[in-house]
Order: sequence, then C-alpha cells, then structure tokens
Amino acid sequence: MTLFVTIRVALKALGRNKLRTALTMLGMIIGVAAVITMVALGRGAQQEIETQIQSAGTNLIRVRAGNFRRGGVSMGVGGAPTLTAEDVDAIRRAVPGARYLAAGVSTRDQVIAANRNWNTEIEGTDVELPLIRIWDVDMGAFFNPSHVRSAAKVAVLGSVVRDNLFGEGADPVGERIRIRNQSFQVIGVMAPKGAGSFGQDEDDKIFAPYTTVQKKLRGRDGTNISGITISADSPDNVNPVADEIAAVLRAQHGIPPGEPDDFMVRTQTDITTMRSEMTQTMTGLLAGIAGVSLIVGGIGIMNIMLVSVTERTREIGLRMALGAKGRHVLWQFLVEAIVLSLVGGAVGIGLGFGVSEGLTRVLLWPTAFPADTVALAVGFAAAIGIFFGFYPARQAARLDPIDSLRFE
Amino acid sequence: MPVIAVRDLARTYSTGAVEVHAVRGVNLDIEAGEFVAVVGPSGSGKSTFMHILGCLDRPTRGAYELEGRDVSRLTRDELADIRNTKIGFVFQGFNLLARTSALENVELPLLYRGASVRGAERRRRALAMLDAVGLADRVDHMPNQLSGGQQQRVAIARALVNEPAILLADEPTGNLDSTTSREVLDLFRQLNAERGITVILITHDHEIAAHGNRIVQFHDGLVVRDEAHAGGRVTGAAPAVEVLQ
Repeated sequence: MTLFVTIRVALKALGRNKLRTALTMLGMIIGVAAVITMVALGRGAQQEIETQIQSAGTNLIRVRAGNFRRGGVSMGVGGAPTLTAEDVDAIRRAVPGARYLAAGVSTRDQVIAANRNWNTEIEGTDVELPLIRIWDVDMGAFFNPSHVRSAAKVAVLGSVVRDNLFGEGADPVGERIRIRNQSFQVIGVMAPKGAGSFGQDEDDKIFAPYTTVQKKLRGRDGTNISGITISADSPDNVNPVADEIAAVLRAQHGIPPGEPDDFMVRTQTDITTMRSEMTQTMTGLLAGIAGVSLIVGGIGIMNIMLVSVTERTREIGLRMALGAKGRHVLWQFLVEAIVLSLVGGAVGIGLGFGVSEGLTRVLLWPTAFPADTVALAVGFAAAIGIFFGFYPARQAARLDPIDSLRFE
Repeated sequence: MPVIAVRDLARTYSTGAVEVHAVRGVNLDIEAGEFVAVVGPSGSGKSTFMHILGCLDRPTRGAYELEGRDVSRLTRDELADIRNTKIGFVFQGFNLLARTSALENVELPLLYRGASVRGAERRRRALAMLDAVGLADRVDHMPNQLSGGQQQRVAIARALVNEPAILLADEPTGNLDSTTSREVLDLFRQLNAERGITVILITHDHEIAAHGNRIVQFHDGLVVRDEAHAGGRVTGAAPAVEVLQ
C-alpha cells in the first residue's frame, strides 16, 4: 500500500465525519494561530526596537558622569560632577574614531511663551548633536559655535514643545520664550522624532547651548557637564571607540589602575540589547503559553482518534481479514492523525497571519510575520500528530481480527 | 494434493478457570474445485474451524496445510499475507465499507498485496470481478444504494479479486431473503463450476448446505458426518437432505 493510497484512505475517512474532523482540527488551529500571533507580535516589537536604534543614531556612545558603584557607595548616574568640557576636548584630540562629540547638561523648568507655559526638559548640548542623532532641523537652524562660545540665550524647540507653546505647526522662529525669568530667542524647530529607547518623548524638549544651560540656568556648578554624546565613525568601531574613550577619561581624571571609573560609557547597542532581551523573554513566555494550547489540541486529536478506532473496530477487522497487516492499520490511523494536525496547522497559520494583520491594522501594534516560526509550527504540528496519533493507531493495529469482526 | 489438509486440529479457549474445547481433533482433506458445505448447529465448533481455515486464528494443536504449506504456526503478518492472496471471505453481514463505492470496496484487497498493484490495474481487475458477478452497471453505487443481494455480490467480487485458492463463505445468505439467497448460491455454483474455485460454505441451514457437492457435519467440535452429495443443486427445487440426528 503506497503512501499516496494511505493518504487517500485517511482523507476519505476524515471526510465521512466532517463536523467532528473540523472540531478536532479547531484545537490545532487555535494553538498554531496563537503561537504565530504571539511570535509575530514579539518580532514586531523587536523590529521596532531596531528602528529605534536607527533613529537614535547607530553609532551612538553616551558618557555619563558618575557611576553606580564608586567606593562602595551608589552615586546614581550623573550624580557626581566629574565631567567637564575639557574631557570633551581631550577625547576629540585623542580618539580619532569619535567623529562627532557634544557635551551635555540638562535641566527641567517651566517655559513661558506669551500666555502659554509648558514644563519640559532643557537639554544643553553642542552644535554637532543633529549630526550625532541624525536629526534634521525642521524650521530655522540649530545653534552655531559662536552661540556656544558666548553662551547665547537661544533655543531650538522640539516639535511637541512648539505645538504646546505656539500652536500646532506654527513657525515660532524669531519669537521669544522665557525660562527662569530670562528671555531666550527661538532660532529653530526640530523635526519630529518619536519615542526614544525607553519610550520617553524625544520631541518634548528644548535644545540650548550647553554653556548657556551651565551658566544661565543651572548656575551652581558652572563648569561641569552631566554627559557627553559621541558618534563613532562606523558601527563596527563603536565598541573600540567606547573603550578608547574610557581610557582617555581615566587618564584625564587620574584614576589609578584597579580603581573604578567615575563615569559610565554606554553604547546605544547596550541600551537596546537590554530592551530587546526583555521583549524576547516576554515573547517566549507568551509563545510558551500558546504552545500549551497546541498540546491541548494534540490531546484532542488523540481523544478523537481513540473514539474513531473503537467506532471502526469492525472496519479494522474487515481490513485485516482482507489481508491488512498491523502496520497497514497503524499507518492508516497515524496518517489520519497527521493529516488532522497538519491541515489544522495550516489553517492555524492562516488564522495567525490574519489575527496579526488585524492587530496591526486595528490596534496599530507592530507585527512581523515570522517565516521560520511558520516552518517550525508545521513541523511541530506534524510531530504532535505523530505523538498523539501513535497510541490510538497502535491500539488499532493490535486488534484481533476475529474479535474485531464480531464487535458490535 | 489436497488444497486443504487438516490433521488432528484442535482449538481450546481458556476463559479464566474454564477451558472451552471448541474444536477437538478434526481431520479433513479438501481437494481443489470442491464445493463443501460445513453444517452444524451453533456451538458445534464450525465457526472456530472456519476461522482457522481462514487463517484468522491459529490452532492450539494439530496441523493445517494450505496448498501443501503448514500455516498453523505462522506469524500475524504471514497469516495476513495468506488471507490476502489465498483466501476470499464472504460474511453474513456483507461487511462492505460504508460510503465507499462498490468499485473501491472490491479494490480493497489489492491495496494490501505485497507486490503493489498500480491504480489502473486495480481498477481493471475490480471492474472485471464486478462484471463477473453481474454488477457492471453498479460499480459507482454506494452500499446503501444496493440491495442485500447486490451487496453480497459486491462482497463476493471483493473476495475473488485476488484470485484466491478458496472462497470461505460464513452464513452468506443469513441476511438475505430466499430468492436472493438462491441467486447468491447460484453464483457460488457458477464460480465453482466455471472457474474451478474451491468453495467452503458454512451454514446452520441444511437446505442451504444441500447446494454443496459435499457436506461436512460438525457436532461438539468434531466432524460427525462427511459425505458426497449428488451433484448439488442449481436451484432449490429438490427436497431437503436428510442428516444425522
């Protein structure tokens, strides 16, 4: 009996009881669809993170003043005034791989424009920031080196700040805003950027020269900066450059070997890897739960196959009387179980694809169709068919022909 | 050489503490081309004997040679091959696969042949067999679209499609009325006469048994009578044959 004939016999048997076949498949359909949807959601989140890496700047390195561990005392990032503008110059001189650098120091304050006001972050930075973050200026211009040298009271608004202070889409270039009772001139508006690596709104901030923030807004620690944002010259160079920067800063700060750093160097990859791992864990968990429903679907198949073997005892006896061997009967029922699980799996893949698409369209959740998971689901469905189909099929194959023929 | 040679054949069932001696030492030779009626009341051991002849069961004692080969100690798979190629079964309840066409029912034994038979060849042989039993115009009918007599003729076509040496019919007319019974029995006679197929007919009904050329009577697990029966009958006009007891 060829495989083709066996499959045809199995299909005929399944076709004789369509409702039961459909209900048995439903377990597999839901299981496979759930796994596909969960993995698609996970992959979608993953891809979004990758997009954010792009959007943050691929070659990004951030240096923060202070360190979590310093002489056994937790300082908190940015908690120690250890970085200065000289450190930036030192890195610029000593590390050629650090292509763009921007000193940073920020504060939070109320910003007033005419009769509106808005509480936001004022990020003091340097002229190269748009190059580092690959971030265009939408209106006007970013500040220039002379603004930084003179600590000029100029501001470049994030699009959210602009919307809240001047109205959506307005052009505020040339207008004046007040921060801490000082008048700043708006010289530009950044293009919208969207959410950052940890979901914070990147557009809800104001950029000003770091010298201005140091001297006019913070005042008390006039020469310190809280961080440096650096762009390496190529993505492959990010880690070596980060190491070189750390070495330069240790030399600058005169830290003896063996002592911990008084700063932290992190690459964009470090940050996104962390989030990526979180997402993967979550996806794994959800897919695992969905996988349980696959097992339940398999048990459903086994249950129905056992019922089917009992119901068709006379048929089995007849086939044996006509010369069917144990393995013929075994294969007949095994192929039925595999067909059930495979067809269920195929429909499940379709359903999972549909649900993923629906989630993307209706709830705007990002999803990515996982081709490898589809292959895995098909394999897993077949495995479930074999695993849960084998026991009933063996029961059938071991039946005694005479007892089966007489079975009522 | 007889097609079937049975020596001191016995079959004992143990149901817990009690041993049931269904067949207690039977000797029987059947020559090729015979039409043998095995007759006996229920519980006489004729069904157990038939199961052993049909290689559905194995004897607990004695020898059974089918076409010169001792088949009494073969494995399950070897017995399946014998059933497939050497023996054709016809049952009281027809045992056709439901919602499966007459043609496909007849093709069934060809599916289990060791040397596989191609689809077109299967179809050709099954059609020829259905033609031989007079159902050439019913090949695509489902069993529930056929009368009892037609269903039994499909079953006979199925039994013969592998060209077996013997045809074992277990109460083949038990579910049929007298007219269709006669048609089926005539078909057996015709196949026996024209094709030389050895027919073994198991029945409790002496009138049915009278269709055989030879009548073997079972009682209490033993053959109590074995005699040639003049000519047999093509139609049931002659009086019932007198039997022992």
